[in-house]
Amino acid sequence: MTVANAPALVSGGVETQSRRHQLAGPAAPRAPRGFVKYLGLTPFALYVLIFLGVPTLLAVGTGFFTEDGAFTFSNVIGIFDPLVLNTFASSFWLSAVTAVIGSIIGALVCYAMLGVRADGLLRSIVDSGSSVLAQFGGVMLAFAFIAFIGTQSLLTRTLIESFGIDIYANGPWLYQVPGLILPYVYFQVPLMIITFMPALAGLKSQWAEANATLGGTRFTYWLRIAAPVLAPSFFGSLLLLFANAFSSYATAAALISQGSQIVPLQIRGALVSETVLGRENMAGALALGMIVIMVVVMWGYSVLQSRTARWQR
Amino acid sequence: MSASTAVRIGTEPSKITRWIILGIVGVVFALPILAMIEFTFRDGLSGNYTLGHWTGLFTEESARTYRGLFQAIGNSFLLAIVTVVIVLVVLLPTMILVQLQFPKLKRVLEFVCIIPITVPAIVLVVGLAPVYSVVVSIFGSSVWTLAFAYGITVLPYAYRAIQSNLDAVDVVTLSEAARSLGANWGSVLWRVLLPNLRRGILAASFISVAVVLGEFTIASLLNRVNLQTALLQVSQSDPFVAVIFALLALGFVFILLLVIGRLGRARRDRSAS
Repeated sequence: MTVANAPALVSGGVETQSRRHQLAGPAAPRAPRGFVKYLGLTPFALYVLIFLGVPTLLAVGTGFFTEDGAFTFSNVIGIFDPLVLNTFASSFWLSAVTAVIGSIIGALVCYAMLGVRADGLLRSIVDSGSSVLAQFGGVMLAFAFIAFIGTQSLLTRTLIESFGIDIYANGPWLYQVPGLILPYVYFQVPLMIITFMPALAGLKSQWAEANATLGGTRFTYWLRIAAPVLAPSFFGSLLLLFANAFSSYATAAALISQGSQIVPLQIRGALVSETVLGRENMAGALALGMIVIMVVVMWGYSVLQSRTARWQR
Repeated sequence: MSASTAVRIGTEPSKITRWIILGIVGVVFALPILAMIEFTFRDGLSGNYTLGHWTGLFTEESARTYRGLFQAIGNSFLLAIVTVVIVLVVLLPTMILVQLQFPKLKRVLEFVCIIPITVPAIVLVVGLAPVYSVVVSIFGSSVWTLAFAYGITVLPYAYRAIQSNLDAVDVVTLSEAARSLGANWGSVLWRVLLPNLRRGILAASFISVAVVLGEFTIASLLNRVNLQTALLQVSQSDPFVAVIFALLALGFVFILLLVIGRLGRARRDRSAS
């Protein structure tokens, strides 16, 4: 905002402060020098160190120790147990499938939103609706899908009673990994809308005009101009969606109360289980495995993101 | 460029295409929410409908039955307030300081603030358990201490909201101007910088409130009670009430975020004029 009205703000104070001005002398910023000037950064640095740095190190580090504090690789090797590897595979597929579906539908919605007034009501509703579903849903999305397609829902019962179609003929899939796909898509699409919209809105109308002037069609515009420009941003958003699904816990925890079919649920199992001793350190090893994947994915995201930035000047 | 030109040369979808896409996606996304609303009017498994679940909320009996849930809502709001205080007292001054005094550290600060996306809550909570055993021995086991962890969770969102405002306002020139007119750092901060950053600060606060009210992972695995863990708890005994409160929470946060959006828009309007 207000670079424009800033002078007014400042000049309001001129009268009272002009007297002091003479004492203060010229405006050389008299910031403290040397080590002292860094003191202002310490509260934040300490806070981040204690509540982000230490927990991260502990989460990753405990995987390398036994209950008694002796160094061991057994937990980390435990990740390569076929059972655990299966869980990683389920998580991977769930994240990949929902990221692909979410990014395609989300990109379509972004396309449809092109040309909608940026300050209009429709845009406001889509923006805040997307934020709610993408960042706030969690447990409540599980409720929504139990009410929507749960065994007792209006839809399920209507299908059985009127059409004889039992969507649960093959067992209660909503409460297993396949059941997570729909709720996950439900928060992936909104996240795609939030992250991809700026890139699509950044397409310059001059490019389309140049294309039209040079005899290009709509098709050549989207294929030869828009697609290459948007590609890094699209695949970057796809990776972000993957990371989002991979690390998401609340919806799965609310739908699947028993068992550990995906990695976050397996961490829950390792954290809360009191029957199997030493499982807490297994949680550390699982956390390490998750962080490794997250770092790779987010690194790819930032590489693609910096490529996107080239066109957004 | 007028809208019709944009459609003809292909930068924008035609009206029909737009409404077909938005219509289908909109309906599909509305269905689960509508199903939740339908669910709250059901009379048990009988197949009939009743207003009872909604009216029942306002009786004295329900106030007793759902005391735990109301307590949890109180907890969540307390956590939201403390988290916003952490953002305003710890993050905001640091961001202003870095912008004014340490421009070279901007990238470092950005990197730090984005880390919580890479280290998701489910991973963080593994390491938070031992940290919290220390926190509890210092501050006691009151609910508000969870806000220390939430301050980290909201870091990426709050950072982005404040930074976009910082980038739009030339704070260096503003503060130099104020300094050259004799203002001390206190009044530079209070009378020049904060009024100019008001919208970014408000947006950061609102998004923090939204994220904290929706947080489940950390509270659940550290055995604390907040709105989301209580909702899941209640849903096992009385799913109708759980869904009603979920709808109310979704509606509340939707409006909160709608207000943020309108704030951002007002800003663009003013800078355009």
